[in-house]
Amino acid sequence: MIRNFKDFWTGLIYMFFGTSAVIIARDYGMGTALRMGPAYFPTVLGSLLVVIGVIAVVRSFLQSGSPVGGFTVKGMVLVVTSTLAFGLLVKGAGLVVALPVLVISSGYASQRFRWGTALGLAAGLTLFCVLVFLKGLGVPLPIWGSWFGG
Amino acid sequence: MELLSHLLLGLQTAATPANLFYCFIGVFLGTAIGVLPGLGPTATIAMLLPVTFVLPPVTALIMLAGIYYGSQYGGSTTSILVNLPGEAASVVTTLDGHQMAKQGRAGAALAASAIGSFFAGTVATFMIAAFGPPLAAVALKFGPAEFFSLMILGLVASVVLAQGSLLHAIGMVVLGLLIGLIGADVNSGTQRFTFGIYELADGIGFVTVAMGMFGLGEIIRNLENEEERSVLVAKVTGLWPTNEDFKRMVAPILRGTFIGSALGVLPGSGSILGSFAAYSIEKKISKNQDQFGKGAIEGVAAPESANNAGAQTSFIPLLTLGIPSNPVSALMVGAMIIHGIQPGPSVINEQPSLFWGMIVSMWIGNFFLVVLNYPLIGMWVRMIRIPYHLLYPGILVFCAIGVFSLKNAEIDIYLMALFGVLGYVFSKLGCEPAPMLLAFILGPLMEEYLRRALLLSRGDPLVFVQRPISLTLLVLAALAMCTVLIPAFSKTREEAFHE
Repeated sequence: MIRNFKDFWTGLIYMFFGTSAVIIARDYGMGTALRMGPAYFPTVLGSLLVVIGVIAVVRSFLQSGSPVGGFTVKGMVLVVTSTLAFGLLVKGAGLVVALPVLVISSGYASQRFRWGTALGLAAGLTLFCVLVFLKGLGVPLPIWGSWFGG
Repeated sequence: MELLSHLLLGLQTAATPANLFYCFIGVFLGTAIGVLPGLGPTATIAMLLPVTFVLPPVTALIMLAGIYYGSQYGGSTTSILVNLPGEAASVVTTLDGHQMAKQGRAGAALAASAIGSFFAGTVATFMIAAFGPPLAAVALKFGPAEFFSLMILGLVASVVLAQGSLLHAIGMVVLGLLIGLIGADVNSGTQRFTFGIYELADGIGFVTVAMGMFGLGEIIRNLENEEERSVLVAKVTGLWPTNEDFKRMVAPILRGTFIGSALGVLPGSGSILGSFAAYSIEKKISKNQDQFGKGAIEGVAAPESANNAGAQTSFIPLLTLGIPSNPVSALMVGAMIIHGIQPGPSVINEQPSLFWGMIVSMWIGNFFLVVLNYPLIGMWVRMIRIPYHLLYPGILVFCAIGVFSLKNAEIDIYLMALFGVLGYVFSKLGCEPAPMLLAFILGPLMEEYLRRALLLSRGDPLVFVQRPISLTLLVLAALAMCTVLIPAFSKTREEAFHE
């Protein structure tokens, strides 16, 4: 039985990344120790990571540890998707659309979300960013995106 | 005296109106984020880095450094007043600091923290000035083998000082090194791990990784248990310590400064280790042992001095060797590179005004902190009351705009989200992100030095143990690793982190 889930999952993640690195690196030249090719260092590191992952998995059956604890799926999904949405919207729609979307959809992750405060916060932050970043610091960001001819 | 003429040069650089202004902005922002729980200096510096593009390099670095040591200061204010450490380094300050505040001695506790920090900052400034140049002179003689071994030592130290399982930390370092290799290989031009994505040819930006793991990851973690923060702020009374307080403060401040400065130089630690060590030593040797945990002023003065000293001496490896020792200085390396300065031992000779200007600015910044904090206490207290659900969408906005403005590329936003998930998942699994970020920065450098070292030695790997400095560094790394494996030490390591 698995007695330490933290070790177990960490080990699997390490093994996944290590194996992928070694497999992908096979397409690059290995070279020799004297003239290391592009595959040399990644292969060494990837193999090392696999070994560490295997040790962690083996250890997870031998030593017990504290449980992983619950994930906040809602928080993770909302924070990530609102960030992705910002990326999709920023050039096309511009900051005036992308920022409020980011603020409101990420704010929805909180238990204390209220539409009124969220809308106010979105308006305030958008105004602040336009004034400080664009007008104040001259960072080139699109206020209105290409979809609006900006 | 040479030291004085150097410091004078630094003063001329740091005391221009623009630099004073940005130094002030830096410590002010730093204090603010130190006060706000859930927003650390790493994420803040990463967010503000793109903004500093428009500033001259010295000014940018002065401001970024100010954010770091300012945050140490702000963190202690909340520790004392509301029992909430704003920063990891001020966790121990809550033990006695908040007890003092409860007894109506918040003013004395804040003063002990301020005086201790200022004294420690002053000493640490002189230590950087005194030890920086000789260290850089030694480092100028380093060949690729020495640099490679030095980086090994740095990574080992960051593993040893990381919280939680040693095995997990080593894995994080290896993973960080691997992620650092993404992009075009310098020697052959081969596109490695880019999956045909054109924007990845230059590699993933460290700001993207830092904001993802420290910014987004932290937000998701905080959303997990969104409990009501107690806003029972202790009243600030008894603004000035009594004569007896002063007498009891002197020795702990001196010891704290010494311990903090020494431990701050260690890679991977920065200010955290120093504050823990200073507190436990003070607790062991103090005459007022019975008062510890019940509001002993020594228990505030010592760790506060230590964390400020450590925050500053952690810049020594960065400024003299060009090797970052913690995520914050890793971001500073990035800032230097963006501004066209190659960090390393030659900075001190080629850019003397940058080097000395930054050092003197740290002292000026500490002075600002002392002067500012009394009049502004009321404002910081109000800031603590900002509820988190109004704060984090703002943090997210700054992260998103910051990372986008780096290259005007959406891919950085997507990557930041990816690293946010990675950071959150790893923290749930007990893997600290700090060693990974450090390894991520050092990855490409290590490969390059390894390559050059082996080329020079005609492929003989023994070169690393045949050169005396390289051997010494590797032996130090091995010793550091051994200390964790010795049961007695690993126990104290756990205790130190859990106290």
